[in-house]
Amino acid sequence: MSAVFNLHETFRDDFSYRNSARAIRRFPLPFSEDSYMYSVNIEPHLPGPPGSVTEFAFDVDEHYVAECRERAIVLAAEPLRYQALPHMMSSQWDCLELIMESLARDYPTHFSLAKQGNRWHWINRPLQIDQHFTFGDTATLPRQPLDYITRQAQGDFVVMDQREGDLWTEAGMVTTQADWSLDFDLGMTFKEWHGPVPLAHELGVFDRALKFLLNLRLGQPVRRLNWTMTIHPRLDTSPENYPQWGTDRATVTAQNAGDLVHLRVELQGLWRLPRSNAIVFGIRCYLVSLRELATVPKWARRVHRVLKDLHPALVDYKGLTRYRDAAVEWLAPFDDGSPTTPGTAPE
Amino acid sequence: MNDAQTIAVEVIGIEQVTPQIKHFKLAAVAGGSLPVFSGGSHIIVVMQGADRIHKNPYSLLGSPQQLDTYEIGVRRMEESRGGSHFMHDRVVIGSRLEIAHPVNLFGLDKIARKHVLIAGGIGITPILAQLEDLHGGGVPYELHYSVRSAEHAAFLERLRRREGDRLHTYYDSEGQMIGFETLLATQPLGTHVYVCGPAGMINHVIATAKACGWPDSHIHWEQFSAPPVGDAFEVFLARSKISVQVPPDQSLLESIEAAGVEVPYLCRGGVCGFCHTRVLELDGDLIHNDHFLSEADKAKGNSIMPCVSRAHCKRLVLDL
Ligand code: FES
Repeated sequence: MSAVFNLHETFRDDFSYRNSARAIRRFPLPFSEDSYMYSVNIEPHLPGPPGSVTEFAFDVDEHYVAECRERAIVLAAEPLRYQALPHMMSSQWDCLELIMESLARDYPTHFSLAKQGNRWHWINRPLQIDQHFTFGDTATLPRQPLDYITRQAQGDFVVMDQREGDLWTEAGMVTTQADWSLDFDLGMTFKEWHGPVPLAHELGVFDRALKFLLNLRLGQPVRRLNWTMTIHPRLDTSPENYPQWGTDRATVTAQNAGDLVHLRVELQGLWRLPRSNAIVFGIRCYLVSLRELATVPKWARRVHRVLKDLHPALVDYKGLTRYRDAAVEWLAPFDDGSPTTPGTAPE
Repeated sequence: MNDAQTIAVEVIGIEQVTPQIKHFKLAAVAGGSLPVFSGGSHIIVVMQGADRIHKNPYSLLGSPQQLDTYEIGVRRMEESRGGSHFMHDRVVIGSRLEIAHPVNLFGLDKIARKHVLIAGGIGITPILAQLEDLHGGGVPYELHYSVRSAEHAAFLERLRRREGDRLHTYYDSEGQMIGFETLLATQPLGTHVYVCGPAGMINHVIATAKACGWPDSHIHWEQFSAPPVGDAFEVFLARSKISVQVPPDQSLLESIEAAGVEVPYLCRGGVCGFCHTRVLELDGDLIHNDHFLSEADKAKGNSIMPCVSRAHCKRLVLDL
């Protein structure tokens, strides 16, 4: 894909973020039927159909340049959104290699990587970066390797060390998170980190997910979708900045919900890293307003039904309590009660 | 494991390093680099024998920095069911094999303050690659290597050259033994111990470390059991609704696979727990040869690791 980038859109202040018709049709709707219940739903991260968000290991779309700029804004104000414990250095290089190799292979018009032994040459055309460096030598890059490469990638990245039969969150770049904090969670184990999800513990999903991840194999990445909702196309809904976005929720009405309320979908990918034996967890965020979503009639009907019947514990956990009813009311005219076809395809 | 994802390799070097151990160098048939790995990793080698397929785990012993070849060491097992004999007798330079991507079940702990590595015989192989990861890392370590006699000490020259006085060797033939009690009682806080070798050695290290108050999370070990030979028996697979004969020299897992039923696995050596299978009916005894199930679980007799364990019975029904 050679994306045309929406160079000037914003995720704050005037919120000029928009999806093109093409971006809407490739939106990764997380609902394959008219109701939703939490599940781990992990599947192999295999290439999806051409043009889909899973066609490649890392999806680069029309929001790439604007998202990288948004990340830089967040980091300038809050440098601790990037952190790595000292023993995570080999995993940092693993991540840099994974991302550079994938982008150069999958988007040759935008990125290129040339290697001569450990001497690497990286070109990122959309961001106008041209960098010679020595793989493995931190002094040859302007920043730590994970910091460097994730400033050039969409989505958050969390790196987990594997030891003592558990996974420890010990490095990451987190500027577009849905209400959790790297600063708070650094050093936590897998279950501590996922602690607050309601119902999931009873379902035993974390025990199974942890066991599965401890055995995640090199060369066989996996993925899953998760979702929530956000008011405005705001990427940075961190706990640290709650005062800036928490009050947005009270402004939603049945009249303005179509423009204010956004479905926020995370495409989460997990890769085993070769040198460090760590795991990188990529959390790529997609935002679509209800009005954009409603341009696809099947999706409007489905999302209306999912929201209307959502389990109360999940409504609370996902922070939808204050505006769920307004969103349902806004979507209601699009739902004539006719059935939806199975699966998530637009028709 | 998904066999569709194997890598074709060619044997480009073979050396007899001790009377029982051969050292193999493997290169990708497609050319170029093999996948990056970390010290302590193993690969599954898939060997196409005359009448059956062998799949054995072997530790990668070369440097994780050198990816044009993978190196493995294969000990000829006295009672081999074929895998090690195949490698020793049939594989020549130019032979082609299939391997799976590396898996690490014996990785170094990244926040350890010190590493104590203990190897017995062929158990030196994963530790050789771990040592490569430790070079230049600034964390202190020492290696204790126990063998029958000097001629059985594989890779000794390599170790002497690279490890200098961090290497301590012990020859049974000269009555030298690792003093585990002293060694483990005198380590600084935050030390991790790694042991790979015969079962007796591993059990002794684990027991001694625990008696010295080491936390479980600081004791690491790996031992791939070659699936032992045993009596023939029959197994019924309840979900597939088929009976499978397990001959004396084939493992339960191999027999089930040969019948066309897939069982998930990572190590094929009784370590990872991935092949864990429920036993639905049994009118005899299970012969547990794995290192995964606890003694209590083994005694219950309601599950089995088919990669290495067998049964002595008239009727065995598995949930497969
Ligand atoms: S495959 Fe690892 S225990 Fe059986």
